[in-house]
Amino acid sequence: MSIKRKQPPKSLQSGRQYTTVALAGNPNVGKSTVFNALTGMNQHTGNWPGKTVESAKGICKGAKTPFELVDLPGTYSLLSHSPEEEIARNFICFDSPDAVIVVCDATAIERNLNLVLQIIECASRTLVCVNLLDEAKRKQITVDLEKLQALLGVRVIGITARRKDSLSPLLQTLDEVLSQEVGSRTSPVRYPTSVESAIDIPVRALEEKQISLKGLTPRFVALKLLEGNEAFLHEMKRYLGTDLSAELSEELLLAKRQLQALGSSQDSVTDLIAKAFVSTAEQISASVVRKGEPKKADLDARLDRILTGKWTAYPIMLLLLGLVFWITISLANYPSAWLSVLFSFLLSCIGEGLSVVGAPEWVQSVLLDGVLLVLARVVSVMLPPMAIFFPLFTILEDAGYLPRVAYNLDRPFAACSACGKQALTTCMGFGCNAVGVTGCRIIDSPRERLLAILTNSLVPCNGRFPALIAILSMFFVIGGTGLLASLHSALLLTLLILLSLGATLLCTWLLSRTLLKGIPSSFCLEIPPFRPPQIKKVLLRSVLDRTLFVLGRAVTVALPAGLVLWLLTNLFVGGESLFSHCANFLDPFAQLLGLDGCILMAFILGFPANEIVIPILTMAYLQSGSMVELSSIADMKLLFTENGWTPVTAVCVLIFFLFHWPCSTTLWTVKKETGSIGWTVVAACLPTVLGMLLCALIHLVFG
Amino acid sequence: MNDCMRLDELLPGRRALVLSLENEEAMRRRLRDMGMIEGTVVECVGISPCRDPVCYRFRGTTVALRRRDSRSIRVRLVIET
Repeated sequence: MSIKRKQPPKSLQSGRQYTTVALAGNPNVGKSTVFNALTGMNQHTGNWPGKTVESAKGICKGAKTPFELVDLPGTYSLLSHSPEEEIARNFICFDSPDAVIVVCDATAIERNLNLVLQIIECASRTLVCVNLLDEAKRKQITVDLEKLQALLGVRVIGITARRKDSLSPLLQTLDEVLSQEVGSRTSPVRYPTSVESAIDIPVRALEEKQISLKGLTPRFVALKLLEGNEAFLHEMKRYLGTDLSAELSEELLLAKRQLQALGSSQDSVTDLIAKAFVSTAEQISASVVRKGEPKKADLDARLDRILTGKWTAYPIMLLLLGLVFWITISLANYPSAWLSVLFSFLLSCIGEGLSVVGAPEWVQSVLLDGVLLVLARVVSVMLPPMAIFFPLFTILEDAGYLPRVAYNLDRPFAACSACGKQALTTCMGFGCNAVGVTGCRIIDSPRERLLAILTNSLVPCNGRFPALIAILSMFFVIGGTGLLASLHSALLLTLLILLSLGATLLCTWLLSRTLLKGIPSSFCLEIPPFRPPQIKKVLLRSVLDRTLFVLGRAVTVALPAGLVLWLLTNLFVGGESLFSHCANFLDPFAQLLGLDGCILMAFILGFPANEIVIPILTMAYLQSGSMVELSSIADMKLLFTENGWTPVTAVCVLIFFLFHWPCSTTLWTVKKETGSIGWTVVAACLPTVLGMLLCALIHLVFG
Repeated sequence: MNDCMRLDELLPGRRALVLSLENEEAMRRRLRDMGMIEGTVVECVGISPCRDPVCYRFRGTTVALRRRDSRSIRVRLVIET
């Protein structure tokens, strides 16, 4: 292959700060591994403008000069109409990246080539990066990379993205690709003769009229004009500044007539084009891929027989879920305790500092007993379980277990006219409902996505677990502390979780028969092969992307909440605090639900973050005006029973903890994802009504 | 020869040749993007615990489809020799 150094990358001419390289690929091919390896900590995540699709950009040092790497959404194709595919296609066509790296899975070259061929058609420079060579080797699959490069007409490099030594050859090759001249490219794809001769007409017209296509090839533009995809033509018109379908209307009409004469309608042009990609991919793959006798596939199949087996699938799912909770609960206590000690030390330091500088008494009180105390409490209770739960969850995700969960649970969700992927977003909700709501983006159908968003907060998040566990161990767990007790509380907690999963299904079913009527859309889920999880990356990504993100938002809401709480407990009207007035006012209604005024008030004040409900409650019962730590669970139980708690009260509180309004962060996320206040209100009312009904029922029967 | 059938009738371990996709537009397109077109050989590799969806393998990829969707795919059984 001849490489000429004539034309510098376009961005250098246009004065863009960095050379731009786009990273494309199918889902589950290790694209994010490549992205993280290349950009390291220099990345920035957000949303694509106007879309709820995540975007990630980062700066990579490169072999010689740094460049900006843009991670495109994982897609199987660029031809369809999903938001992800539109973003990827528009970026490659109209943002004119200097090169596109397409990451491929060496074990499924044939399917991956479909996207590769489509990208070669519209990108200025393409580098095909065949990943997972180690996995292919284990599966006795060999790919002739030289031959692939010759057949595709673009540079091809083989890598194992998990291994660091793969990176420098990749960067070297990218550097060579970037210095290639962007000239006439020949597409390796041949369409049926009828299509080929039809596109010749507009292609010739484009060349004769010498219309500037700003880097797009006449062949590609002609194809798109003939296909007549409205959304794409609109974007192209904006990009080129001229309406080509009007300008070339005569030629296009001629081409369409010719197609019709040869027996293909306009609709089937799209079909013919898509099939040409698939069959070209098939031909190329047949000549470059050699498969030996598979060994590991057998192991995968055996694992799948157990993990998705008729009798074993559900018990294993429950066991894994229980295990994750047990690990989270039993490990989170230690860092929580350390953090509390640390924070009380810091608070006392700040207190001394304030009295040294002579701050007024009330300022000290607002800061120490209000704002900072709530903040410390939220962080020390919330951070450790999340820092443990999310990595565990990500390990299961990384190993390929989660798609199997969606597969196992699709039938029950389909019975509720929903999507099996809702099982995954529900599981994410155990970590944090706000993260779960954001995760609903993986569901394609808008109706089913909304179902998943509205029902997400029916499962308890990490902010509610500590409270659930505390109440469980106060009133229902046998045998004090130790292994037996922690197993017992994990078991009871699993029962509560089964209840919340049941409620999720019930509410999904109700919604899909009332507000969100519709039939389940088609379902097409790739089941990726099992892969050993990359522990180090998992830790890093889950802490950065999920834990810190949630924590940051929790902190911003905990601060004002602390202030409000301080005001309510420290402002006195007629000898009683505002808090007591409110609690007394709510008491008659709360009694109907088997609760009391203080409990309901604590839930209302816990709107910013569920983890402050129990601290507020203990504070209210103690009437000390600020939150305190009781030294043991037994002390707390005594305090609660003195204030009239019975086991029935405890059950009602547990139920209300599971089902009440979502926290402010979650509701804010719902508003952002749905873009509708109406649906946000539904998301708030649904669990509240359910919880109140259940509590009232329990109170009526047992109270 | 009565070996023409719908994909949802394919038993685990058996393979079939896709004759036509009669799904609605969006699903047909998605299947095509994953590499299922007329002439593709598909193997049934597993059934989920509730008997629906079912896993199929083609072109090196495993994809789960609901019976509702796979019923719209006409196939011909490949007789193993």
